Amino acid sequence: MTAASLRVEGVTAGYGPVRALVDVSVDVPDGAVVAVLGGNGAGKSTLLRAVSRTLAFHGGALRGGSVSFGGRRLDGLAAAELVAAGVVQVPEGRQVFARMTVADNLRAGALGARGGARGRARGGERDRAWGGARARAHRRAAALARVHGLFPVLRQRAQQRAGLLSGGEQQMLALGRALMAEPRLLLLDEPTLGLAPMAAARIADTIREINAQGTSVLLVEQNAAVALKLASSAYVLETGRVALAGPAAELAVSDEVRRRYLGVVDETAAQDAESVSTSLPRLGRWPA
Amino acid sequence: MTTFVELLIGGLSTGSVYALIALGFVVIFKATEVVNFAHASLLLAGGYVAARLSGHIGFWPALAVGIAGAATVGALVEFLVIRRYRGGEHSVLAIATIGVDIVLLTEFTRLIGTDVLTLGDPWGDAVLTFGSVTVPQTRIAALAAAALLITAFLLAFRYTSWGVAMRAAAENREAAALMGVRLGRVSLSAWAVAGALAAVAALFLTVFPTPGLERSTSFAAFKAFPAAIIGGLDSTAGALAGGLIVGVTEAMATGYQAELSFLGRGLGDVAPYLVMLLVLLARPAGLFGTRELTRV
Repeated sequence: MTAASLRVEGVTAGYGPVRALVDVSVDVPDGAVVAVLGGNGAGKSTLLRAVSRTLAFHGGALRGGSVSFGGRRLDGLAAAELVAAGVVQVPEGRQVFARMTVADNLRAGALGARGGARGRARGGERDRAWGGARARAHRRAAALARVHGLFPVLRQRAQQRAGLLSGGEQQMLALGRALMAEPRLLLLDEPTLGLAPMAAARIADTIREINAQGTSVLLVEQNAAVALKLASSAYVLETGRVALAGPAAELAVSDEVRRRYLGVVDETAAQDAESVSTSLPRLGRWPA
Repeated sequence: MTTFVELLIGGLSTGSVYALIALGFVVIFKATEVVNFAHASLLLAGGYVAARLSGHIGFWPALAVGIAGAATVGALVEFLVIRRYRGGEHSVLAIATIGVDIVLLTEFTRLIGTDVLTLGDPWGDAVLTFGSVTVPQTRIAALAAAALLITAFLLAFRYTSWGVAMRAAAENREAAALMGVRLGRVSLSAWAVAGALAAVAALFLTVFPTPGLERSTSFAAFKAFPAAIIGGLDSTAGALAGGLIVGVTEAMATGYQAELSFLGRGLGDVAPYLVMLLVLLARPAGLFGTRELTRV
């Protein structure tokens, strides 16, 4: 039950004198999709960095609280060790290796999983019996087949440089690259950012499919409409604190979330806005 | 014509040795974004160990120990200095390597003193003659060894997991770490590989027609700076091209010095830097370097 659940408890983190997260607790149960919503600067990315141990790359540090996955403490590990523990992050803005081919990007994704053959309970026995190298090659081929199954375009573009892909394809590559490590928990930082609505919808479908195949997902999004449809529960961050939390369906109908993140304007506010626009005199372009 | 061919072969041979040094330089820069000013002392370390041992255990074992020694020195510099400052400014690290270089060079200067150490290599001063063209065997050996090592390196860089990890880390450290690439190991291996390549370069810089390893051998390593810069600091192919350009330029400028006497003497030493300046005027990132892109 607790096998693959993420627990973030009372995390405080910041960059230099700036506190970006204050006493934040988030739970991702095994097999769930959990969304974290919030505006710019609310601390969403910082939360993911605190989990993925990459705060140091941005001059930040964890100041308090704990992060554990499947009962194992993650705070204290190096970012690279997290992959072997089964937690993989897709970084914000995709960050594919633009000068490497699509195939090499996927190879890079599998680099961290190699220690996992030893570290993980699942399949550990079998790997040892087969001998390390062969088992590793076998697992990598299986992971690659799965990624190609999810994103056939990555097979067609295998020898192309990743920098030449479209935004949507780069996001697919970033997801595929992360899946090569066979994560049990996937951390997604704004996967639909800057994508056309069609591409965003495809990514959302894929996230649902990845989750159905047994990977838990912690999803950070500004696009609350997409996130709340995908997630079973959600948290709303505001200036580094958890402002709201609950089942996604409940949050999706709550007035506050609707007004702030779903762009739904309630009646009185709409009337206010209208009355303001009529009461003010219209300005001409240049009073000549 | 004979002179020209001889100079060309000699230039390509020296150039391929410069390429070995420049390649190490580029590998370190790619993996750690540090300009390694201590490269000359890595080279001297490898050459010194090989030269001291070759009288006792024979040339080939001594060379192997020399290569291992230089790789170890490189790894130690990474472990004791570079790693301590990780996350610091890269310019600070570059200056730290100047400090390392001064310390190591001073020590090797003291150890070598005024001696000229020979490596006892199997080629000696033998020459090969093709028609009217005469080339020392050592030059051919240097060309062959450098071509072999550089090919092996480029293949490893392209096809092995180590190469993928290296390229990933060079392109985006954070994303690489998120994929499970251990940046510490990547950086350590880069320094070790650079040390090993420098040791091989040291061998060919000290055999015939050079008298042997002396204090000033490390100056040859400075020729690899223009080589790396001409090629582009972050390009392995560029290191190769830059090395050859510098080698041939130097050989030609030295060989035809008599015809170029109106430019004064010692043109061979200056010519690589002149080429570097001209290349930089046309292509500020070097021939194959990545132009600095600024994301808005």
